[in-house]
Amino acid sequence: MGKTLFDKIWDNHLVSQVGEDTQVLYIDRHFIHEVTSPQAFAGLEKRGIPVFRPQQTVATADHNVPTKDQHLPIREELSRFQVDKLTENCEKFGVELYGLGHPYQGIVHVIGPELGITQPGMTIVCGDSHTSTHGAFGCIAFGIGTSQVEQTLATQCVLQRKPKRMRINVDGELQPGVTAKDIILYIISQLTASGGTGHFVEYAGSAIRALSMEGRMTICNMSIEMGARGGMIAPDDTTFEYIKGREFAPKGADFDTAVERWSLLYTDEDATFDQEYHFLAEDIEPMITYGTNPGMGIGISQAVPEVPAGNVTFENSLKYMGLQGGQAMKGQKINHVFIGSCTNSRIEDLRAVAAFVKGRKKADHVNVMVVPGSKQVEAQAKAEGLHDILTAAGFDFREPGCSACLGMNEDKVPAGEYCVSTSNRNFEGRQGPGARTILASPLMAAATAIYGELVDVRELLNQN
Amino acid sequence: MEKFQTLHSSAVPLPIEEVDTDQIIPARFLKATTRKGFGDNLFRDWRYQNDDTPKPDFVLNNPAYDGTILVAGRNFGCGSSREHAAWALYDYGFRAVVSSFFADIFRGNALNNGLLPVQVSEAFLHDIFSAIEQDPQATFTIDLEQQKFTIDATGQSTGFEIDAYKKHCLLNGQDDIDFLLSIKDKIETYEQQRQAAAV
Repeated sequence: MGKTLFDKIWDNHLVSQVGEDTQVLYIDRHFIHEVTSPQAFAGLEKRGIPVFRPQQTVATADHNVPTKDQHLPIREELSRFQVDKLTENCEKFGVELYGLGHPYQGIVHVIGPELGITQPGMTIVCGDSHTSTHGAFGCIAFGIGTSQVEQTLATQCVLQRKPKRMRINVDGELQPGVTAKDIILYIISQLTASGGTGHFVEYAGSAIRALSMEGRMTICNMSIEMGARGGMIAPDDTTFEYIKGREFAPKGADFDTAVERWSLLYTDEDATFDQEYHFLAEDIEPMITYGTNPGMGIGISQAVPEVPAGNVTFENSLKYMGLQGGQAMKGQKINHVFIGSCTNSRIEDLRAVAAFVKGRKKADHVNVMVVPGSKQVEAQAKAEGLHDILTAAGFDFREPGCSACLGMNEDKVPAGEYCVSTSNRNFEGRQGPGARTILASPLMAAATAIYGELVDVRELLNQN
Repeated sequence: MEKFQTLHSSAVPLPIEEVDTDQIIPARFLKATTRKGFGDNLFRDWRYQNDDTPKPDFVLNNPAYDGTILVAGRNFGCGSSREHAAWALYDYGFRAVVSSFFADIFRGNALNNGLLPVQVSEAFLHDIFSAIEQDPQATFTIDLEQQKFTIDATGQSTGFEIDAYKKHCLLNGQDDIDFLLSIKDKIETYEQQRQAAAV
C-alpha cells in the first residue's frame, strides 16, 4: 500500500520506538525565541550539558519585542530581561541569533522560510504552536512546549505519539476578493476548533495548488486552530521557485539534486487517510469571526448564529463580543485594524493591502497598525513603495515582531473595542484584556480600515 | 518531576468548553524566565478585575470549592503551545485536570510536568459536575496505576487512557529528557546513517 507524504517524512526521521505508542523523532531544524526557551536553557545548565546540535538551531527575538524604536534599549524591564536572557543563552551555548537590530530578525515563522532554512522533507519544531506554518514547504513542523524545547536542545529529538492522518481537499477557483486566509477560516468554521485534534493534516486540491507560498503558509499556519498537530502541502514547482536563491538554500548543482529529492515528496495515489474532507473553493466568501475561538467564523454576508439552547460557552462568547445571535456583521463599526502576525505579515500580504489602499485614506475613527513580519519584509516594503502608500493612508507602519497578535508587548487593543485582525486567534483577551478580535484576511482588514466598518470586499473590488 | 501518587481530593468545577491557554495564563504574564510563580496569574482575567480585585463569581474565588482536581468542559487547553499553562495549573496546586477532550499540545505539556490529564466521556463528565453541584466538597479518587477515576460518594467509576510510557514516567517521576539522553548512541547512529544515505 502507498504512503502518505506525512508517513514518508515521519518514517525517515524515526530513531527508535518506545513501547507501543511513543516514538523518538529526529528533528532537522529547531527554531527558538525569547519566551519559551529560557527555562529550557536553564534545564541544560542544571544538568551541565551543551546544546547537542547548535548548527541546527536558530534563534530570534519576536514575541516580546517593541515594534517602535527597536534601536533603543527595551523600556519594559521584564521584557528587556527576557530578550537579554536569550542573547546570553545563545552566546553561551553557541546558537545563531537574529536578535533585535539584525537584518534577519523577525517573526520566527516568517524568517525560517524567507532565509531558506525551511526546506521540503524536514522535521521542524519550535516552542510555538504556529510552527505548523513551515508545513507549507512539505515539512513535518509542529509546536512544542518548553520541556520538549529542552529535549530538542539536549538531544535533537522529541518523544512523540504518531498522529493520525487527515486530508483536506479544496478544489475549484476562488471568487475575486477571497484569499488563502478565507479558505482556512472557512475550513475551521466547518470542522470547529477541535476538529483536527490528534491529526496531522495534508491540504490538497486545485485551489491549494494554485496558491503562492505565502498563501500556503497562511493555510498551514492556522492548522493548530482546529486542534491539528500540524498541516502540510506537498512541494511543487511553486515551492522550489520560492526556495531558489535564498540565503541558506542549496546552491547550483546541489539545488538541482535537492529538487530531485524533494520531488519524491507526495502522497501515493493508493495511500489512505484516517479522515478526509472535500470543500469547493466557489462556496467560500470573505470570512470573519464573530466569537472567541477561530471555529466561530462566518461569511461576511451571513448573520451571527443564534445561541444553541443551554450552550453557556457560546452565550458567554457572544456576550464578551457584545454581539447578538441573528445580527448581521456587515456594517459593524470597527475602531482598530491590525495587519501583521505569523499568519499574514509577509510581503504578499502587504502588497495586497497597499494595492487596495493606494490613493485612499483610512476612516478617521480607526487606528491601523501594520507590523511587517521581518526586517527583510520591512526593507522590501520600503523598497517597493508600499510603506509610502500605507503611511499616506494614515496607517502606522511599525517594526517587526508578534505585536498585537498576542499583546505581550505594549501593542494592545483597549477593552471593549473591536479590532479586525489578520492574526490567528480571537480568544478572549488575546489582544489585550477585554479586547474584541475579529479575524479576517489582509484584504478585508484593508477595506475595514478605509470604511471604518465591516464591508464585503467583493463589492468594492471593481471600484478600484 | 515529582512522582504522581494516587489522588484523593475534592474538585473545582469549570463547566466551560474550549478553555484556551490564553485564558489559563494570558501572554502578558509569560515574561518570567523560571517555571515558578505562574499560579498567581492562573485564569487571570476570569479571576480578577482590571484593578486586581477578585471577581467574586469566578470559581477559584469561591471558598466553597477547593482541591487538587480541576474539572472542565471539552477541548481544554486549546490554542498556544505555552507550557506556562501547565506550570500555572501545577503551581496553583492542581495535580489533575478532568475533561471530555484535551488539546494535543496541552496534554503533552501537562504530562511532562506531573499534571495528569484525565479524559472521560461527556456523560461521565456530566456526572462529575452533578456530584460537585450536589456537594461542593464531594471527593474523587484518581488511581493512575489502575487508570481509574472514581466518584467517591456513588462509587461510580470509569477507566481512562494514558500512554504506557508516560504512565511509567509519571509513576516514577521520570523526565523524557533522562530517557533521550540515555539513548544518545542511537541518535548518533541515526545521524551517521542519514549522512551516509545522502552521499
